[in-house]
Amino acid sequence: MVAKADKIDISDKPVTSGQGIQARFQLGYGQTATSSFVLDIDITIPGQGITAIFGESGSGKTSLLRCVAGLEKTASGCLNVNGERWQSAAVFVPTHKRSLGYVFQEASLFEHLTAMGNLRYAIKRNNQAANPVLLEQVINVMGVEGILKQFPQQLSGGERQRVAIARALLSEPKLLLMDEPLASLDTARKLEILPYLERLRSSFNIPILYVSHAVDEIVRLADHAVVMQQGKVIGQGGITQLFSRADLPLGVGNELGAILECKVMERDKQWHLMRVAFNGGELWLPNVENNTQRIRVLASDVSLTLTPHTDSSILNVLSGEVEDIINDKDPAMSLIRLKIGESYLLARLTQKSLQKLALTSGKSVWIQIKSAAIVR
Amino acid sequence: MSLSDGDMATIWLTLRLATTVTILLLIFATPVGWWLARTKSWFKGPLSAIVALPLVLPPTVLGFYLLLAMGPNGAIGQFTQALGLGTLPFTFWGLVVASMVYSLPFVVQPIQNSIEAIGNRPLEAAATLGAGPIDRFFTVVLPLAKPGFMTATILGFAHTVGEFGIVLMIGGSIPGETRVVSVQIYDHVESLEYVQAHALSGVMIVFSFVVLLLLYTFQRKNKAVGMTYGS
Repeated sequence: MVAKADKIDISDKPVTSGQGIQARFQLGYGQTATSSFVLDIDITIPGQGITAIFGESGSGKTSLLRCVAGLEKTASGCLNVNGERWQSAAVFVPTHKRSLGYVFQEASLFEHLTAMGNLRYAIKRNNQAANPVLLEQVINVMGVEGILKQFPQQLSGGERQRVAIARALLSEPKLLLMDEPLASLDTARKLEILPYLERLRSSFNIPILYVSHAVDEIVRLADHAVVMQQGKVIGQGGITQLFSRADLPLGVGNELGAILECKVMERDKQWHLMRVAFNGGELWLPNVENNTQRIRVLASDVSLTLTPHTDSSILNVLSGEVEDIINDKDPAMSLIRLKIGESYLLARLTQKSLQKLALTSGKSVWIQIKSAAIVR
Repeated sequence: MSLSDGDMATIWLTLRLATTVTILLLIFATPVGWWLARTKSWFKGPLSAIVALPLVLPPTVLGFYLLLAMGPNGAIGQFTQALGLGTLPFTFWGLVVASMVYSLPFVVQPIQNSIEAIGNRPLEAAATLGAGPIDRFFTVVLPLAKPGFMTATILGFAHTVGEFGIVLMIGGSIPGETRVVSVQIYDHVESLEYVQAHALSGVMIVFSFVVLLLLYTFQRKNKAVGMTYGS
């Protein structure tokens, strides 16, 4: 199975050279009388950082990832990864010739090999020159040194998944694909793995496509996101920009919230607080050590007033204006998108309050933030 | 109880036949079992049925048709004659071909089952790590399907040793060429040589028991280790 020489390019999209991942797939599944699913995707993803592919189950996230890996062959598709063509009308590079790593939902380790045997399997098939430092680095970052001699069956779910991630890293992929790597784990195991994923992001400069339906994982890990619904992309972009949109299903009801990227300006030792600045304003938050922060402000923790209240317990009061107003799924509630300088926040208010304050887009308001979660 | 030289010759011939058949069947049945385990083709049903036919047909029926096919006017016979090999009935190689047909399901089915049990995922994982199709077969499928291959080997060998009807139809009873243990026992009984019949039959009982013991011990051990994948 060798890919055909790339002589004639009859794909209608010009190859944009250089960085980034351009993917276009069309795939029809099980077109029976009762069920039919069509994947229809055309996306461009930055060639670095973590890009989350988000959507509810059945939205085609995994299918998209399998298409990128070449595990699923689409009738028509086009895929360029950082300047390399993996698929077009004339070319289909088989999976084993694509420089990628794939972490499945279940660890999918080779049961007949030890953890170390699984890692060696990847190293042996890595085309790049042997890199003795890498093995040590991967073992350290994923924290698997103590379990290398064990067989997969002797490992816990979390350990298996860490070995699987280490194995994927050792093939030195140009693109790492992760298909809900935490979904098969319970909450405790999830919390055990998340720090490893954060270390992975900071230690290895590999673009990652991270499929998930969990908002908390995405706000913690991702830099960009692609939001999918019924096989189609309904939104994509930077994580802060996407999460400030109220029209995307990025969390239901009380889970909905905007993200702000902040820098620490000042630490107040007396009150154990820190002052952070974002593009458009400043906030006081409980002090933590990191210098740059990503914080998440839930829409339900934001309230609005027309005049600044000085007699309130709320520490963070910002001035901004109403950008637009959207009806919530709950008929009692509405969502308000607020503009503060260059940044956006979401507020979830009752329809009654909306009417009482006579809010319309463009109106200046005072924004009270009850609490903000530091997500990274 | 002692075995005559003639009896020993039949034992060696039986072992030679069973070994040859088992090796050839493993080579032939692996791609068949692989294909049956993974295909979604409409032909899977008919091919499975053909492979399983020797389980239900009387050996005489198989023997009869093989005799015709391998005879001077049969398709296989014409082919072997064209190759200058003569005809196969009443030769060792004729017996090999007949035994292969007869033992086919006992080798294909365990291989097919174990490959089905592995599923797609380990192969996909191997592909994403850069393993090509042949690499995947030898480093993932073979080790994970090992219990299936062991079962196939043991059953194929034992079943060939135990066949009688088809040997009689295709091979007859030519000493050193086609006279295997089961036929020799039949001949002993026919000529009322009960002592010799007892000796050889005893050997067969011990052999069969040891083989089955091996098989079940092996299967239990693998169950304990848990060759199941992906749980």
